[in-house]
Amino acid sequence: MVLRNGSRSASATVDFLASPEPGQTDLTLQDGAKVAVVGGGPAGSFFAHFLLTLAREVELELSVDIWEPRSFARCGPGGCNHCGGIVSESLVQILATEGITLPSDVVQRGIESYVIHMDVGSVRIECPAGERRIAALYRGNGPRTGGESLWSSFDGFLQKMAVGDGARVVRSLVTGIDWRDGIPHLLEAGGAASAYELVCVAAGVNSNFSNLLEGQGFSLGRPKTMRTYICEFRSDPETIQRLLGDSMHVFLLDIPRLEFAALIPKGEFVTMCLLGEDVDQGLVNAFLTSSEVARCFPVDSTSCVCTCSPLINVRGPHRPYADRLVLVGDSGVTRLYKDGIGAALRTAKAAAETAVFQGISAEAFGRHYAPICRQIATDNLIGKFMFSVTRGFKHARFSRKAIERMSSLEQERSDSRRRLSSVLWNMFTGSAPYGEILNDTLHPAFLAGMTWNLARSAVSPHRETRSG
Amino acid sequence: MEPSPQRSFAAPRDKVGMTMAKGALGALYKDKEVIVRQGEPGDCMYVVQAGQVEVLHGDSENTQRLAVISAGGFFGEMAIFESEVRSATVRALGDSRVLKVDKKTLLRRIREDPLLALNLLRTLSARLRDAAGDEDQTR
Repeated sequence: MVLRNGSRSASATVDFLASPEPGQTDLTLQDGAKVAVVGGGPAGSFFAHFLLTLAREVELELSVDIWEPRSFARCGPGGCNHCGGIVSESLVQILATEGITLPSDVVQRGIESYVIHMDVGSVRIECPAGERRIAALYRGNGPRTGGESLWSSFDGFLQKMAVGDGARVVRSLVTGIDWRDGIPHLLEAGGAASAYELVCVAAGVNSNFSNLLEGQGFSLGRPKTMRTYICEFRSDPETIQRLLGDSMHVFLLDIPRLEFAALIPKGEFVTMCLLGEDVDQGLVNAFLTSSEVARCFPVDSTSCVCTCSPLINVRGPHRPYADRLVLVGDSGVTRLYKDGIGAALRTAKAAAETAVFQGISAEAFGRHYAPICRQIATDNLIGKFMFSVTRGFKHARFSRKAIERMSSLEQERSDSRRRLSSVLWNMFTGSAPYGEILNDTLHPAFLAGMTWNLARSAVSPHRETRSG
Repeated sequence: MEPSPQRSFAAPRDKVGMTMAKGALGALYKDKEVIVRQGEPGDCMYVVQAGQVEVLHGDSENTQRLAVISAGGFFGEMAIFESEVRSATVRALGDSRVLKVDKKTLLRRIREDPLLALNLLRTLSARLRDAAGDEDQTR
């Protein structure tokens, strides 16, 4: 792979939280301009969709190529984007408002509740709106051995939407970027080069493309990543419905190194997602053999048909843009642990709006695109704090009991303000910014209720166990 | 401590007893079922996911159909921008599936991306034009 940057001078690393770096300010997209999108996942397709839609609004003719070698029509790793496959409640609503309706054959299952499992019991938290607003789906065409698929790929659906807007998909791997007279050229394996006015990088953190940009004079920085573990279990749909229903099951377990674990029902498969420090087979086995998992989903009655250990972005690059270059989605800045596809939409649309209305210089992106990245990054700092508090609650039995007691009581009473339920719902679904969740936990009524339940649980930790 | 028993989940049914497809989002409404009622307070708007709904205005003696909204269209958006009661009744025209959009979620996103409001403005503009056309015809 090659990345040459002959006409650009290397500059010191600049944090995008600081003021934009002065550079060329007169770079704009003109009629007939060619734009490349590297990566045909949600971030790339959203960028192409919004760029072409907005350009049409101002009668600007653009040519957009999406470089994506994979076909999302393929089952297994060849057509997969390695993800748990949840579209958050807030994103489902925003997509609907943007005029993007998720078809029933793309959504594997509409999720209407979360069940939180702890050693002290389980509690089911219903969707506050009382309807199914979370989509469980496959980014590609389902796991290996998926057989005859009765569903469609989410990434494929979005890519078709972008193609419907006028984008062209180039089924070829980009092996490098060469800058000639300040113009980016995408290189292919055979050596062919294609010139573009603007390159949008939406290749995520599981491809080598982001690494190509590192240390080549762009001073963008490399995203910090964390490894996850995803496994697909196959079973018959009736069994999955009986065991898991239309609920996502999350686990607050005191297992060392385990940050978050979830089981997501999808048609004839159940997706298991583990997030933690150095996830290895030992940690996977500790989770699968825990009594909390055994009582809701006896794994020995199913078969694991597909596994992967993808990276996720936990901290974005210093500066996700340069002259004629912008990084969106996981390649740029994304939300910590949750709602990565929502962050892809937000960053892709902000980048497209900047390119159409403000220009494609580093300064334009710094002034009009960086604020959204800054907003997400700042919220992630709060999220990091919130997850450390959750970790603290996980470690002590009486605090787990307090969570179970308070949320169960809230769910039983239809007339009560479900403060803890709302906090847990938003933490686990990614439906609200972490800042708003923190704000909710600082409400005097929440603090009083939590203190009371902590005290009750500390005094009588063996009160009867509730079930969700 | 007694462990929680293994829970069994029933097949999904919506509030009117219809079975929803696994991949369907939102809520199902059967033919003529009221989704929002004129005069009642509201704090969300709705996007039609499948089927059609009709918008009705008036009282028990004189009700007029203002519009029919199909999949992809939305209604109840006035509740997002003002704290007034619903200005019309909306009910399902045949079985339909509708998704709620929370005021807070939408306003948070519009604050971040004002262009999102363009979709709403376009529809509102078209409705005003239609209403003006209807008034001209009445004269």
